[in-house]
Amino acid sequence: MAVVEVRDLSKRFDGVNAVDGIDLASTDGEFLVLLGPSGCGKTTLLRMIGGLEPPTEGDILIGGRVVTDLPPRARQIAMVFQSYALYPHMTVYNNIAFPLKAAKLPRAEQEKRVQWAAGILGIDGLLQRKPRQLSGGQRQRVALARALVREPTVFLLDEPLSNLDAQRRASARDELQGFQRRVGTTTIYVTHDQVEAMGMGDRIAVMDQGRIRQVGTPHEIYDDPADTFVATFLGSPPMNLVPADGGRELLGFRPEHFVPWKAAMGDEWIRFPYHVHRTEYLGAERLLYGEIGEASAVARFPANADIAVEIGSTSDFAVRRADLKRFHPETGLRLDRPGNGRRA
Amino acid sequence: MSASAGARVEAAAEPEARGRYWLDRENVLAPVLLLPAVIYIIALVGIPLVMAVLYSLSDVSVGDQSIDFVGLRNFQQALGDDIFRTALRNTFAFTIASQIIVLILANILALVLSADFRGKRLVRFLVLLPWTTPIALGVLGWLWTLDNVYSPIDYILRQVGLLGPGSPLGTSWYGTNAYWLAYPDRAQFSVLLVHVWRTLPLATVILLAGLTAIPQDVKDAANVDGAGFFRQVFSIRIPLLLPIMAVAVLYGIVFTFTDMTVVYILTRGGPTNATQVLASWAYFRGIEAGALAQGAAVALFLFPVLVGVAALMLRLARRAETV
Repeated sequence: MAVVEVRDLSKRFDGVNAVDGIDLASTDGEFLVLLGPSGCGKTTLLRMIGGLEPPTEGDILIGGRVVTDLPPRARQIAMVFQSYALYPHMTVYNNIAFPLKAAKLPRAEQEKRVQWAAGILGIDGLLQRKPRQLSGGQRQRVALARALVREPTVFLLDEPLSNLDAQRRASARDELQGFQRRVGTTTIYVTHDQVEAMGMGDRIAVMDQGRIRQVGTPHEIYDDPADTFVATFLGSPPMNLVPADGGRELLGFRPEHFVPWKAAMGDEWIRFPYHVHRTEYLGAERLLYGEIGEASAVARFPANADIAVEIGSTSDFAVRRADLKRFHPETGLRLDRPGNGRRA
Repeated sequence: MSASAGARVEAAAEPEARGRYWLDRENVLAPVLLLPAVIYIIALVGIPLVMAVLYSLSDVSVGDQSIDFVGLRNFQQALGDDIFRTALRNTFAFTIASQIIVLILANILALVLSADFRGKRLVRFLVLLPWTTPIALGVLGWLWTLDNVYSPIDYILRQVGLLGPGSPLGTSWYGTNAYWLAYPDRAQFSVLLVHVWRTLPLATVILLAGLTAIPQDVKDAANVDGAGFFRQVFSIRIPLLLPIMAVAVLYGIVFTFTDMTVVYILTRGGPTNATQVLASWAYFRGIEAGALAQGAAVALFLFPVLVGVAALMLRLARRAETV
């Protein structure tokens, strides 16, 4: 178990900053998620931590030790790849034992550890199979067992669930988080899927264009976004952004906080004239699409909520003042967030 | 109701469709497309093979072209002939030795060439050159390189002191030249060298393609899992390359086993038939000496091995399809 820290880390590919001066530190035993759209530099950051990509600038520390110039095998890390990267010519047993063989452990000890790791992941019965005889979920567990068997100080996971089908993914999220809690190993998890990030992360680092926009718990990231990128990347549909105060600021609010004026009771509410042009029924919830002035805005209700809104009509909607976030229209930064910095 | 109406419309349209689109029908198009290949194989492979079998069982010669069957006499004669036995042994020895050497060198070369370095393309091009050169021209070049008097190899060896009176290679026998093609062991070494030179490029390129086909993730995983260079090569890369290595070796076997150009140009089977192989001996007996039946019998000894190799290749190809 160890703390992973990167200091002013950059990676340039042909003049493009894939990772652009990132400072980030995990806590011990933490499940830290790197979340961002594709091309935001999250995988490059993970590969630099793993030692598969040399940084252009900056330092990487694992457990307080500078490992920037060490090869991957000297870093005591384990990695799970999106493709699982199992060795296709080896049995499951030999796949899991491979890191132990590389570490030249005695054969009896190897066998003990492989059985232990396979037991934790429930793949004892598959040890003599080849990877091609396994399902996607089984392959993922073998990859996890191979990562676990060496008892590394850090797990690096690169979108390990993206090759599973949607149904299997939900249960895999559950298993993966349970597994991490049990072994208690510091984990850095890369994903572009906000549901995975929100559901599993102790903290989330939201990345865009090689920089970290915000680091925080899922609650902080969702309820208290540092800028418009974070506000609109998380949540589906994303946060509404409406120009106000003569264009000098943007008001942001979540679709579920946007309710008819009639239903607003108590507290302090801000009123908006809302023109609805379409509704969408999604089973559990209902979405209204419309405009406030020129800006488009979405409202979300439970499907059983009794909302009488006529399509094409304009009526008064409202947001609780406490649910409104104010952003700078050019920089996108929050105006009303104390201590707002990119490097939280 | 509507289904039967639809069928009737189709039936009405059929005569026209049949006339205009007859080439679109698979039972017409398939034979048309296959025919050239079938004619080619029958004319240039099938008929010569049948002729060779007929000749080998007869007493046909350049002087007397009537085919009188003599049973297995030609095969018995060949087996009783010392030169034939030397040729048979040489054919296997050259093939096996050259392919072992090629396999080792091609693995090393492919590993080196798969790395990223400046001028990689130029080096790859140079490695491929021997393969693109016509065999006869390449071997002519080697004939001069190994010349008894003017060999540049001898010149270099003399310069570094390995050849000449009192030096390791320069015994009183060999004097100031190595006479690469004049002594049986050196001539055999020379033939082997040229075979390696010829088949190495293709094997390297095949292995290089195989290496690049190994997913980056798998290499990364081995790296993270703590494998050093040699473990990565011997536990990951070479095992994953095995199927494609088999392809490279089978090609090499076919090229080397059936080749007569190298021996014919370099040594003409000499000295004293020490480098004779089945293909060259079949040619010398059958064409140059005019004993067509004997030549055919000698050449047919290539057949069982080639059938075996072909079967292996087909099996590999089928396995590649199913994976």
